[in-house]
Amino acid sequence: MNIFEVVGPVMVGPSSSHTAGAVRIGNVCRKLVGEPVVDADILLHGSFLATGRGHGTDRALVAGLLGLDVADPRIPESFALAEKAGMTFHFGAVDLGEGAHPNSAKLVLTAADGKKLEVVGESVGGGRINIREIDGLEANFSGDLPTLIVHNLDQPGHVAEVTSMLQHKSVNIATMQLYRSGRGGHAVMVIECDQEVPEESVHWLEHLEGVEKVTYYSLL
Amino acid sequence: MFHSLEEILAECGRTHLPFWKTVQLDDCREEALDEAASFARMTEIWDAMKASDRDYDPALHSASGLVGTDADKIRVRRENGGLLCGEFTSHVMERALKVAESNACMKRIVAAPTAGSCGVMPAVLLSMQEKLSLPDERMVEALYVAAGIGGVIAERASLSGAEGGCQAEIGSASGMAAGAAVYLLGGSGEAMAHACAMALSGLLGLVCDPVAGLVEIPCVKRNVIGAMNAVTSADMAMAGIRSKIPPDEVIDALRTVGHAMSADLRETGHGGLAMTPAGQAIRRKIGTGD
Repeated sequence: MNIFEVVGPVMVGPSSSHTAGAVRIGNVCRKLVGEPVVDADILLHGSFLATGRGHGTDRALVAGLLGLDVADPRIPESFALAEKAGMTFHFGAVDLGEGAHPNSAKLVLTAADGKKLEVVGESVGGGRINIREIDGLEANFSGDLPTLIVHNLDQPGHVAEVTSMLQHKSVNIATMQLYRSGRGGHAVMVIECDQEVPEESVHWLEHLEGVEKVTYYSLL
Repeated sequence: MFHSLEEILAECGRTHLPFWKTVQLDDCREEALDEAASFARMTEIWDAMKASDRDYDPALHSASGLVGTDADKIRVRRENGGLLCGEFTSHVMERALKVAESNACMKRIVAAPTAGSCGVMPAVLLSMQEKLSLPDERMVEALYVAAGIGGVIAERASLSGAEGGCQAEIGSASGMAAGAAVYLLGGSGEAMAHACAMALSGLLGLVCDPVAGLVEIPCVKRNVIGAMNAVTSADMAMAGIRSKIPPDEVIDALRTVGHAMSADLRETGHGGLAMTPAGQAIRRKIGTGD
């Protein structure tokens, strides 16, 4: 936390968790998709479902998907902006279970090129968020830093491959998390970086044996 | 971020720098930000606070229809000479309502420390600037004072209604505004800390009980009490009155009271005003709340 999170952020009301956090979840989803979203299925859980309409959570999520920031005065009119931009959207309810944060949403997104992406995002307070899942796999990152997410088979050497690539590109690791489904099963690396990872390095990772999927979240 | 007000005051004593500068330098070090960039950023926050007051629309209602238009009623009554409050406090009251109503109406505000408590700081600070003809630079410095105090509350207790109840939101905003007000009145760092302590003490135990789970009832009107409480706490501190309980210990009490509070009274909409027959009727009518 820094002092600009105590006095700030500048945001469109009424709630840092239900409005600003929802915009940020939408922003991160748009960046993860990497191109305009043409269709969004937005499923609300818990308090997002119960009080979302009154807090403008619905309009905030759509605004975020359109790339508006938390202080953009057009957030209340995001439904009309989406229509103009050619993005369709539908709202529904979802029960993400006891373990899910009360302020959670699951977004099923379709990009202009037909690519699909499924994201579970949580608004964890004060406008800060956590991207909990991408395509059904654990992710857990804040969207504050460039983030590399590598899904691979749980076998020796993959962490070293990824981290030595980052070293070569002079990218410093801020945080790193490892998960796996079980010994020798599927594994996930979530690496938040202080610098951007070059695009060609991300593609290079995709072609490594044992690497199943690479997702890169850029701040650019 | 500092862990205690005592630590900030000790640092000021060592360096002979003012409270606001000590807070700024600490943040610049942690965030690798230079002082000019930091000041420019805080100036943007101040400009946004001014705009949140200026851009109030007296015709607007929130999506639920529950709040809006009240700030203007204060203006009308002041102009008719009917208010008990004097000129200054009537402006504080009006601005607290204005900015908090704007927040509920999805307009742009500064979360200070939260969106629900966004009316407190601009109500106190803008009204002081108007009354005392203070330059903007000094107002920006006052924001650093408020941020330093809020940072300590975040470290030792909480700034979130879901964790600490409304005392952590309106209470903290009031403590921050009280400290900033003392700074603007030329008080010492010690007086700022005590103004904060007295403001927090006055609102200790305040529950977070939003009707229908929305940042509307009673949040908008609680911004008024937070702002007024900051003004009286600042005046008490400037008059030489001190909190008998040391400021950091008052913040610790805010934490323990927050922990002792039932979850029903921490932003769930399951207690207090939200559970009154009228509160429940509103919830049913607008179809929110679980």
